[in-house]
Amino acid sequence: MSAVGELTQLVSNRNKGGAKEKHPDNKVGLAFMAPWLLGLLGITLIPMVASFALAFTDYSLLAAPEFVGLENIRRMIADTRLHNSLVVTFIYVFVGTPLQLIVALLLAVLLNQGMKGLSFYRSIFYLPSLLGGSVAIAILWRQMFGASGLVNQVAGMFGFHDLPGWVSNPDTALGTIILLHVWTFGSPMIIFLAGLRQIPEMYYEAASVDGASKAAQFFRITIPLLTPIIFFNVVLQVINAFQSFTQAFVVSGGTGGPSDSTMFYTLYLYQKGFTQFDMGYASAMAWLLLIIVAIFTAINFFVSKFWVFYDD
Amino acid sequence: MTDLQLSTSPTGPSGTASTSAATSSGTRSPLQPKPRPRRTVRRGLRHAVMILASIVMIYPLLWMVVSSLRPNDEIFRNPSLFPISLDFSNYARGWESLAQPFSHYLINSTLLVLGCVIGNLIACSLTAYAFARLRFWGRNIAFAIMLMTLMLPIHVVIVPQYIMFSQTGWVNTMLPLILPKFLATDAFFVFLMVQFIRGIPRELDEAARIDGCGHFRIFFQVILPLMLPALATTTIFTFMWMWNDFFGSLIYLTSPENFTVPLALKSFLDTQGSSDWGAMFAMSVVSLIPLFLVFLFGQRFLIKGFATTGIK
Repeated sequence: MSAVGELTQLVSNRNKGGAKEKHPDNKVGLAFMAPWLLGLLGITLIPMVASFALAFTDYSLLAAPEFVGLENIRRMIADTRLHNSLVVTFIYVFVGTPLQLIVALLLAVLLNQGMKGLSFYRSIFYLPSLLGGSVAIAILWRQMFGASGLVNQVAGMFGFHDLPGWVSNPDTALGTIILLHVWTFGSPMIIFLAGLRQIPEMYYEAASVDGASKAAQFFRITIPLLTPIIFFNVVLQVINAFQSFTQAFVVSGGTGGPSDSTMFYTLYLYQKGFTQFDMGYASAMAWLLLIIVAIFTAINFFVSKFWVFYDD
Repeated sequence: MTDLQLSTSPTGPSGTASTSAATSSGTRSPLQPKPRPRRTVRRGLRHAVMILASIVMIYPLLWMVVSSLRPNDEIFRNPSLFPISLDFSNYARGWESLAQPFSHYLINSTLLVLGCVIGNLIACSLTAYAFARLRFWGRNIAFAIMLMTLMLPIHVVIVPQYIMFSQTGWVNTMLPLILPKFLATDAFFVFLMVQFIRGIPRELDEAARIDGCGHFRIFFQVILPLMLPALATTTIFTFMWMWNDFFGSLIYLTSPENFTVPLALKSFLDTQGSSDWGAMFAMSVVSLIPLFLVFLFGQRFLIKGFATTGIK
């Protein structure tokens, strides 16, 4: 069962199971769990609380944090660059993720039809998703979509000359980063492929005896039985997409430009916190990000009741 | 099921529904010679789509490798892979164009990856054993919290973490990046290992216990040797992620002699602007070679890792 599935079950089962559990391993359990517990406290929980507290302060590392109440929130409401970064991030998440998942699903279904050379194609499609997060690929992207980069050279061969650079045009810069995201569809594709393998062949046999067309089989068998995996992919990819950083940073040279068109929320947060050392404000921004991610994850879980189908 | 689909299509050769049902159960060739060529066409078409998609996916990478062996001005003139030149001057120039030779950054990255791999292997396997095999108070709650940290954006803890590590004087060392791994903060791997240990028959533990083994001996002598595939997957993923790590490194590693490969590439981009693309491509290719090798030899574990954490 997936992490997402397991969490759903744990949360929904918390009040069930009347029989009292026994805990014979308390001591040895503590020994085994000690590193994780320390990490949870020191690396996660205490910093989380601290970051919440810092969100109400003005702090620059140099002097002690100064309590300013809701000042940071007031600033965020008035900060048009922050609003713009939210818009950019939302476009990236809600265009890039569906595109990436649709491509992943389509190719997984095509690959799953007993093709010869499956493992070869799978490797080719998977490789970019392993390299896509690197600075090297972001550098390549910056060249490819530059004024005289690879893309415009190829366009020139088809008669489109003197096109402007894609990364230097505010209307298209974000598109190139979304394209890079779609290019890394390999990892969700692998998860889809593994899921497709789990669908029992007999369902298709029964459907074809009843005369169901290939299309009907796809929409009535494949998709419904794949919904838990689609759900898993949607949850994780949305969470990851909200936190994308490297590609926008490198493609824009750390500026989020041109004209803030690739200013991702995380990039703006980095600039505030670690180049301007406006750490109170950055903490407030981090908590807004957490709230946004939590809301969308909650929506995903809630809506899943209406479309995710569990076989057993 | 494929032949039924072919014969029930309106223009199909078999005509009525009754014969189509017959073909689905019987063998196809002697009585139904016609579907063959159509099937071949369809299959050929599918391969054509796949080959085209593969080329689109892989072309940028191939072009970057080929271009890194070309003189600078040709990178902006030749979008094709040919002629292949073998001019290694870009590599020689790129290797020496930063404050330190590029090998220095490769060594830094290797040390970082090594520390993180060791940390993850030790801490995550201990935690996973506790979650999978021990019965202790609060286990389910702890497990749910662990799964939730999987979805927590690091931004919400990064500011206080930075403040904490700057007070211990660890900023500009690799410790802030490595230490959390020894505290099992990578929940993804804990979950992966829990899944794996659950699949190991409990009879093996029982047998060892009857022979007088405690939990630590069971863990080290029974479970750990059996979970080598999960450990391999963890090693490979940790390697890939930390080799590419950018956000954390950017924040903590401030002076050039501590730069890892991604930071070296980034500072290359900063200093060279967009002038020496040949050298930049060359070093990008160098930075991707370890990832490519891991992909080549570790693909099995990567794909399995996705399969075991992705679905039930």
